Amino acid sequence: MRITLPTWFHKLASPPHFYRFARLLGPWLLWVSLLLMLIGAWGGLFLAPPDYQQGDGFRIIYVHVPSAYLSTMIYAVMATAAAIGLIWRIKLAHAVAAAAAPVGAWFTFLALVTGALWGKPMWGTYWEWDPRLTSELILLFLYFGYMSLRSAFDDQSRADRASAVLALVGVVNLPIIHYSVIWWSSIHQGPTISKLDAPSITTDMLWPLLVMILAYTLFFAAVLLQRVRAEVLDRERHARWVQELLAGPEGEVR
Amino acid sequence: MRLLRAMLLRDLRLAFRRWGDVVSPLMFFAIVTSLFPLALSPRHDVLQSLGPGVLWIAALLAMLLSLNALFRQDIEDGSMEQLAIGPHPLALLMLYKSLGHWLVAGLPLVALAPLLAVTYYLPGDAVAALCLTLLIGTPTLSLLGSVGAALTAGIRQSSGLLALLVLPLCLPVLMFGSRATALAGQGEDISGPLLLLAAMLALAASLLPLAAAAGIRISLD
Repeated sequence: MRITLPTWFHKLASPPHFYRFARLLGPWLLWVSLLLMLIGAWGGLFLAPPDYQQGDGFRIIYVHVPSAYLSTMIYAVMATAAAIGLIWRIKLAHAVAAAAAPVGAWFTFLALVTGALWGKPMWGTYWEWDPRLTSELILLFLYFGYMSLRSAFDDQSRADRASAVLALVGVVNLPIIHYSVIWWSSIHQGPTISKLDAPSITTDMLWPLLVMILAYTLFFAAVLLQRVRAEVLDRERHARWVQELLAGPEGEVR
Repeated sequence: MRLLRAMLLRDLRLAFRRWGDVVSPLMFFAIVTSLFPLALSPRHDVLQSLGPGVLWIAALLAMLLSLNALFRQDIEDGSMEQLAIGPHPLALLMLYKSLGHWLVAGLPLVALAPLLAVTYYLPGDAVAALCLTLLIGTPTLSLLGSVGAALTAGIRQSSGLLALLVLPLCLPVLMFGSRATALAGQGEDISGPLLLLAAMLALAASLLPLAAAAGIRISLD
């Protein structure tokens, strides 16, 4: 059986088409995500009842959980884009991987910071060498390594391919690191603060969380499109379509 | 096979001709481990509990020290290019390059480790476990390091970057190696961590040479 993809899908790999597509789609994603974020924040801050143990302190999960989820999701997006770029030699995929990395690093940082702020009132400490915290920290280091390797090359194509190899090695290693941290702490002697035992969460608390996760994901997509546009413009700055675009048919700079 | 053996022997011969390169990681290992008792506390119980971790970290850093020059000379004198355009799969050659690196930089550390472990008052079981975990763990570090060295081979001033790339990936080996050593010191069974280290070595030996070969091809461009 032959699977045929629609033409517009193939066209997306071409920078000018992608640029126009991203310019159309980007604002929609951004506005929808901001709207959802407002709804989620309203639901999370006002409608959801305070937790019987943590009081209002638990409300930070509406920032923390989506960030933590995105931190790993973005790494997967980055590695997938890097693999596509490496295997099929699609330059746009490399641009996507390059654009995703800093966003992923920021979400990882946000997850760590909100986790620390949450940990202080709940666990009595900002930092605990808990498996999830530790693997999140290592994830941040992996992002740093990826971005440093990319910036160490002068040549764009070599930077793309070398960092793609690193992203793939990292994505194979991530589960190993994650589970080693878990197993390591299970044979770890001494006191371990038990993680917040998740009580069956009520619908009032749950739906704002799901809305927030969706909102953050759309926000990531919007930011990614914006960053890829900038990346594509930078990479293709000598191409004619960019020159024409910058000059503009009406002579205006867009 | 003849090529592989010839290449391995050449690497070893070159390494041992530059005797300083072989000895300096060992010196580093010995000096770093002797810093901790001086900086922290010479008390027996403190050193006994710190020993496994300190020895493992020092071994990891000592291996990292020798990685920077792993492929540099081969690339500069053109022999890497010959290997890359030759008929043999580059990944297999990379596996042997890692083996060569381990024989020069890893195995001597395993031999020196028991001596240093005694200065940390580790009990006999822990010393044996330290040697065993280093023996299984350091080849994985060599393989991981070969990927980092291959990716950064074309970059000047790459030693800091190499550490940033390789160290996070080395963490599982470090955790299980030092933890198994500490557990053995308490008289517990360590077959679990040892098997995990062996599994990591098997996975690393089968996949990482491919990544290192890809990295070398990029660096040669």
